[in-house]
Amino acid sequence: MITQLVYGLAGIVLFLLGVWSFLVHDPLLRKLIALNIMGAGVFHILMAVAYRGLDAPPDPIPHALVLTGIVVAVSATALALTLGQRLERRDD
Amino acid sequence: MIDWLALTVALPLLGAVFAVVLPTRARGIGMAAALLTTAMALSVSVQVVQGITLRSDLGGWGAPLGIGLQADGLSAALLVMANLVALGISAYALDYFDAGSRRHFWPLWLLLWTALNGLFLAVDLFNIYVTLELLGISAAALGALTGRREAVAANLRYLLVGLLGSMTYLLGVALAYTGLGTLDLGLAAQALTPGPLAWTIFALMLGGLLLKTALFPLHFWLPPAHAQAPAPVSAALSALVVKAAFYLILRLWLDLFGPVAGPAAGTLLGMLGAGGVVWGSWRAFRAERLKLLAAYSTVAQVGYLFMFFPLMAAAAIPRRQELFGALVLLALTHGFAKAGLFLSAGLLQKTAGHDRIAELGPATQSLPAVAFAIGFAGVALIGLPPSGTFVAKWVLLSESFASGQWWWAPVVLAGTLLAAAYVFRLLANAFGPGLQPGAAGGGDQSQCLVPIGRAVQAPALLMTLIAVVLLGLGAEPLWTLLQEPPP
Amino acid sequence: MRTRNALIIIALALIGAALAWAFLDAVAGQTDARLADLALERVPESGVSNPVTSVLLNYRAYDTLLELAVLLASILGIWSTGPALPGFLPAGPVLSGLVASVVPLLVLTAGYMLWVGGHAPGGAFQAGALLGAAGVVLRLAGEPRAGLPPLPWLRLAIMLGVLTFTMTALVLMAVGAGFLTFPLAVAKWLILFVEAAATLAIGATLAAAYLAGEPLAVPTASDRHGGIGH
Repeated sequence: MITQLVYGLAGIVLFLLGVWSFLVHDPLLRKLIALNIMGAGVFHILMAVAYRGLDAPPDPIPHALVLTGIVVAVSATALALTLGQRLERRDD
Repeated sequence: MIDWLALTVALPLLGAVFAVVLPTRARGIGMAAALLTTAMALSVSVQVVQGITLRSDLGGWGAPLGIGLQADGLSAALLVMANLVALGISAYALDYFDAGSRRHFWPLWLLLWTALNGLFLAVDLFNIYVTLELLGISAAALGALTGRREAVAANLRYLLVGLLGSMTYLLGVALAYTGLGTLDLGLAAQALTPGPLAWTIFALMLGGLLLKTALFPLHFWLPPAHAQAPAPVSAALSALVVKAAFYLILRLWLDLFGPVAGPAAGTLLGMLGAGGVVWGSWRAFRAERLKLLAAYSTVAQVGYLFMFFPLMAAAAIPRRQELFGALVLLALTHGFAKAGLFLSAGLLQKTAGHDRIAELGPATQSLPAVAFAIGFAGVALIGLPPSGTFVAKWVLLSESFASGQWWWAPVVLAGTLLAAAYVFRLLANAFGPGLQPGAAGGGDQSQCLVPIGRAVQAPALLMTLIAVVLLGLGAEPLWTLLQEPPP
Repeated sequence: MRTRNALIIIALALIGAALAWAFLDAVAGQTDARLADLALERVPESGVSNPVTSVLLNYRAYDTLLELAVLLASILGIWSTGPALPGFLPAGPVLSGLVASVVPLLVLTAGYMLWVGGHAPGGAFQAGALLGAAGVVLRLAGEPRAGLPPLPWLRLAIMLGVLTFTMTALVLMAVGAGFLTFPLAVAKWLILFVEAAATLAIGATLAAAYLAGEPLAVPTASDRHGGIGH
C-alpha cells in the first residue's frame, strides 16, 4: 500500500538524517536530538507496519513497541542531559 | 510452581527496589539480593546441566504473542560466570564505597545485574532491546559515579555510543517484524530466508551490537570509560557488560542468522578481531596506568573472541562444536580473569593513591595476595597452561592450521607475546626495590601506603584462581553442557 | 573535514538505498497480517478491551516491567550526579494564574486517561506523562521541587511502579497462575491496579528528572531563590 511505503521510507530517511547529524555534529544537544530523530524514524516504520488499510483495525503490537520505545528514549535522553549538565557546571 | 527463569530476573529487580526505599540499608539489601540471585542462577544452570532446557512463557501466552525466557547450555554457562563474578564484585564493593556513594551504587548495580540475567535468558527480539537499554543506562550511570570530570565525559560518550548501537539494533527489529511477522527468536529463524531483507537485518542488528561489544574499530569509547569508573564498576563493565553484548551476537549468529551467516561475514569479523588483538595488546603494552592497561586488554580479548567466527563458519559440524566450546571457555575465563585484575587494580589504587604502573612497586609488595591475583590474571590473559585461555587458544591455533586459514595464527602469537610483555611489566613491580624496611620518616609521599584488610582481597584472588585452575583443568563438563542438542 | 563529511554522506546514501530495498522486500513478502489478527482475536481473554493496553499490560507485560525499570535506572543515575539545580524565581501574577488552572486540569486528565485506557486510547504511560508535564509546569513557574513530595516519599513514588508490578507477578506465581499471568476473572482490576501505581511512578520520575539532580532532603532558602535572573 502506498501509505505504508510513504511512511516507511520517510522513517528510513529520518533515521539516516539522525545518523548523519550524530556523526557530524559535536555539541551534546545536537547529538541527543539526532538520536531522538533516529528513534522517530524507527517509530515511523513501526507505525507504517501497523496500518492495515482504512477498513481493518490497526495492528496493536507495533503501537505498543512504539510506546515502550518512546519511554526508553526519554529515559536515556534525560540521563544524557543530566550528565552533560554536570560537565557544564564543572566548567564554571 | 516456581518459575526459575523469571525469578532469576525478578530477584535482583526487587533488591534494587528495596535498596532505593531504604538507602541506609542499601549494602545489606544489596548483598542479600546478590546471594539469592546467584543461588537462583546456579539452580537454573544445574537444571540445564541435567538435560532440561528451561523455557518460560511469561503471561501464559506463548510465542508469538507473548514473551519467553529460555535457558540452554550457552545461557547457563554465561549465567553461572556472570552471577559468580557479580557476587565477587558485590563482596568487594561492600567496603569500597563511602556512605554517600553507597546508596547510589547498590540500586543501580542490582538493576545492571537484572539486565544481565535478563539478557542471558531472553528470546524475544524487542525484549532484548529493552533489556539492552536497561544495561546501558545503568552501566553508564555507574561508570560516572566518581563524579570526576573525565569519568563523566567518558561515560557520557559511552552512553551516546550505546544509544547509537541500540537504535540501529531497533531498526533491525522493526524491519524483522515487517518482513518476518514475529518477534520470537525461534519463530523468526524459521521464517527467515536469505535475501536483501535477511542481509539488512543481519547487518543492522550485528552492527548495533558490535558497537556495544567494542570490536575494533568501534572500540574507541571503551578504554576511557572503563579506566575512569570505580574499580568494581570497571570489573563489571569489562567482564560482564561487554560479554553480554557478545553473547547476543553469538546467539543471533547461531540461532537466527544461520542461513545468511556465511564465511564472508565470518572473515570480516575475524579480520576486525585480529585488528583488535594487535591494537589492543599494543596499547596495553604502552599504557602508563594500570586500569587503562586492563581496559585495552579487554579490547584485545574481545578481538580473540571474534577470531573464532571465520573458523566456525568454515568448519564441519564436529569441529564447529569444538570451536564453539573453546569460544565459550575463552569468554568465561576472560570474565573471571578481567574482573580479578580490575578488583586487584582497585586495591592497589586504594593503597598507593594512584595507579601509575611505574610507581606501583611498594604497593604491590605490601599486598602479596593482590600480587598473586594479578599473577594469576596475567596467566589467564596471556594464555599459559593450565588456564582456560590456553585451551581456547590451542584450539584456535590448531583449527586455523587444520582448515588452511593459517593467517590467523601469527596474529594470535603476536597478541600473546604482547600480552606477556605487558603482564611481566606489571609483575616486575613485585620484584623491584620497593619498600625499604625502616625507611626514614618524612620520606617522599609516594611511600605512604593505606592499609587494606584481608577479607577484601579475597574476591579478586578467588576469581583469578577460578580462571586459571578451575576452568582450565575442569573444562570437560563445559563441553558436555554446550553439546546439548538444540530443542 | 570536507572529505570526511562527503564520505559519510555517500556511505549513508548507500545504506539508505539498501534499507529501502530491504523494506520494500519486507512489505512485499508479507501479505497477511503478521501478529495483528492473533492479537486482536485474543483481546477478550486479556481483561481489557483496548488492544494496545492488552499488548502492553498483558501479552507483553514483561517488556513494560523492564521499561519501568529503565525509568528507575535513569532517575537513579540522575540523582547520583549531584544535587538538583536551583529553581526559578516565583512566577508573576499572570503565569501563576494560568498555572493554577492548568495543573489541576492536567492531574484530572491524567486520572481520566488512566481509567479510560482500558477501553479507549489511553493508559498508564499517557497519564504518567501528563503528571510529569504538570510537575514541569510547576517548576517553571517557580516551585523548586516541581510539586513533588519530600525525599523519603519521593523514593517511594519512583519505585512504586516496579514494586507493584513485580510483587503482583510474584504473587500470581505463588498462587499457581504463573509469573505475570493474569487470570481472566481478575485481569481487569489487576491491570488497573498495576497501571495506577505505574502512573504515579512515571509522573514522579519524569518530574524529578527535570530537576537534573537529587532534591535536598531539607529544602533550604537557596532552593527557592537561586538561579536565573537572581
